[in-house]
Amino acid sequence: MEPIIQVQNLSKQFGNIAAVNNLSFEVPTGAIYGFLGQNGAGKSTTIRMLLSLITPTDGNIRIFGMPLQQHRKEIFKNVGAIIERPDLYGYLSAYDNLKMFAKLNGMQPTHQQLMNQLDQVGLADRAKNKVKTFSQGMKQRLGIGIALIHNPSLIILDEPTNGLDPQGIADIRRLIIQLSKEQQKTVLLSSHLLNEIEQMATHILIIDKGKKIIADSAKALFNPAETMVEMATTDNITALAILKNSKWQSAIQLNRGPNIFLKMHYNQIPAFNSDLFHLNIQLVMLQPRHSLEDYFLQVTANSPSDTLILNH
Amino acid sequence: MFTLLQVELYKIFKRPRTYIAFIAIAGLIGIIQLGLKLDGDAYINFVMSNAEQSFTFDGKLLNGYLVCYIILQLLLVHVPLLIALIAADMISGEANMGTLRLMLTQPVSRFEIMMVKFTAAAIYTLLLLVWMAVLALFVSMGLFGTDDLIIQKTRYLVQLSNDDVFWRYIGAFGFALLAMLTVAALGFLLSVFAENSIGPIVATISIIIFFTILSTMSIPIFQKIQPYLFTTHMVAWKEFFDLKVNADNTALKGTLQNKSQIIQSAWILVAHIVLFVGVAMFVFKRKDILT
Amino acid sequence: MTRFKIVFAVLLLALHAQISFAQDETALVEKLKQKLDQVHDYVATGRMKTDVAFIKAPVGNVKIYYQQPDYFKLIRKSGISILPKGGVTVNMNAIMATKSYVALFAGNAITDGFPTKIVKLLPMNENNDIVLTTLYIDEKNLLIRKAITTTKENGTYQMNMQYGRYSNWGLPDKVIFTFNTQDYKIPKGVTLEMDEPLTDADRKRMQQKNGRVEIDYTTYSINKGLPPGVF
Repeated sequence: MEPIIQVQNLSKQFGNIAAVNNLSFEVPTGAIYGFLGQNGAGKSTTIRMLLSLITPTDGNIRIFGMPLQQHRKEIFKNVGAIIERPDLYGYLSAYDNLKMFAKLNGMQPTHQQLMNQLDQVGLADRAKNKVKTFSQGMKQRLGIGIALIHNPSLIILDEPTNGLDPQGIADIRRLIIQLSKEQQKTVLLSSHLLNEIEQMATHILIIDKGKKIIADSAKALFNPAETMVEMATTDNITALAILKNSKWQSAIQLNRGPNIFLKMHYNQIPAFNSDLFHLNIQLVMLQPRHSLEDYFLQVTANSPSDTLILNH
Repeated sequence: MFTLLQVELYKIFKRPRTYIAFIAIAGLIGIIQLGLKLDGDAYINFVMSNAEQSFTFDGKLLNGYLVCYIILQLLLVHVPLLIALIAADMISGEANMGTLRLMLTQPVSRFEIMMVKFTAAAIYTLLLLVWMAVLALFVSMGLFGTDDLIIQKTRYLVQLSNDDVFWRYIGAFGFALLAMLTVAALGFLLSVFAENSIGPIVATISIIIFFTILSTMSIPIFQKIQPYLFTTHMVAWKEFFDLKVNADNTALKGTLQNKSQIIQSAWILVAHIVLFVGVAMFVFKRKDILT
Repeated sequence: MTRFKIVFAVLLLALHAQISFAQDETALVEKLKQKLDQVHDYVATGRMKTDVAFIKAPVGNVKIYYQQPDYFKLIRKSGISILPKGGVTVNMNAIMATKSYVALFAGNAITDGFPTKIVKLLPMNENNDIVLTTLYIDEKNLLIRKAITTTKENGTYQMNMQYGRYSNWGLPDKVIFTFNTQDYKIPKGVTLEMDEPLTDADRKRMQQKNGRVEIDYTTYSINKGLPPGVF
């Protein structure tokens, strides 16, 4: 099947700064495409170029097989998007905001249609309230309601969970998976949170400083044979010496930081753990990381920024 | 496009800010009318004192037509401020709210959005002037009756017959619309550059005030540049209230003294509108939306 | 003191000479008055044209009311009438209504093609607004062809009269008032308007210091009484 989005050699220059640098990727139809990178890595710029909010300095974008620049209107009839915060017309009610955007999409929505849509995002009881009285989470949900009102086949969400509480994040996650599984929609979603992406994405693209680090399917990236184990002991130097003389010697990954890193199959971790006990190594922490995190670690190692969060 | 315009008008007229101008105009006109109703004769005596040294005026000098003229003269200088409040907010306001990017990811072109937004601003301006016409002209006609309109020009006095005034007001309001659209176009242009509405509103108002001062100060060096300022041409609505005289110095009903001046000024304003809106579109088409 | 006496004596002499040589025209004026006194009242209609350099006024239809001795009113049928201050009330009948006066002969002249006698009319009453009136009297037709009136308050006016259908009553078909106008200029700041370029014709017109009001009488309704409450 033809990819829903094709990006070739996309670049955007802001003065001397290359926000996006020769970026190419393809989003397969039906995918939940996770777009990962630190803040300032170029995610938003790329997404804004996909939505024609920013004109690329160079490169091509094709969506639904059509060049974006020439077929913008046609393409957008089938795209729903939220960019960062979904800012809406605060002086209008949720219902009126939704109705207005439905009309902009060429719809003549019935009252029932609008109420159903609000119900889907849990705002039916607040339909007549002005949006300025809404919490960030409610605005986000209304934003999604607006993005979906015209039943688009491609949904682009830029940092959709920003500023949401854990319940809000969980709600959005559930909704995205539902859209993909039940309605076969393609979702492109960006985040600087790895765990958010890894829980949903079927495909992942990591960018840094405007350049592609890796792009692959989640299956390939989460290869259990390549699991990285990070451990901390009461005495890392002694522990490392002991390990170097054990059967785990070949798994040791050097120069990764103050802690000890080993690469092994995910299934070997219990055996490794019991070996540590027998080798009399006093364990403080043992954490498995899959290969995607490894890429992330490389990225963070190269940049002092702490905005990239690897939380489990 | 029509739906888009509907949506745009809906947005404008759902905002409380929109009605400030309508309320302000009603208030100002009401106060002027009340003042003239209570003490209009004193005002007329003051204004006409120069002419009354040599002449007596017999008839209803203070009539609805004159009241409307006084109101227009006082108010039309300030209406641009009210227009700027909406026009200079058209793009920047949405950029500030963050709704601009949402608008731009809908299946509508930037050109359409710009056309519709300016049209909406123009409709707002039109309604404001219609509102003004209703209050300043029709209400004054009701309150003060009608009679000949006697107007003091810089160098002479013009007497317009009762039956020769109304069409002039239609022309004057039409011209005022053109003048106010120029202000709207300027505000609209400036709103493209900013990401908050205060900047372009203040900038538009400042430009109008600055140019108006240059346009009205009779200092020779300013007079040289006055023909090139659009604000100079914005007051050409007054030309509707001057008529031609024949060789015997008899005023000729239904004529305009400076028809060519009105036409020329109108074209200059139209050119400004086209220029401002054109530049706004050109810039906006290429603008990266970063808010 | 001596000098003062001499001056006084000379003045006295001169005055005496003037009076004794000047021909008394009271009889002519009285004759004229009698003719005008036939008219107790009238209502006239006509068209008024204002020709003042700095006024652009349309021709208007007017109605004029007169009643003896000196009631006079001009009303524009619709609209506002702009009249020289005090000017139009100085109509012929009002001038002639002056009871006590001195009428002196001051020469002959041709006025509008008619031979006329110049008569200076001096009111005796010091409170009269009219200081002096010079009449150009067509003795043959017993009509005043021209009058120049100097008033205390409102300057000097000239009236030229043309007669036709109502000459038997001494009422003119056309009256042309000519008067001095003051310079007219209001500060530009007040009007806030464009500087319209002046044509040479405009400039010439503006420089004229005399204003004219022309009244063409179309009908007179003489001695038919007046509607109540006109004055």
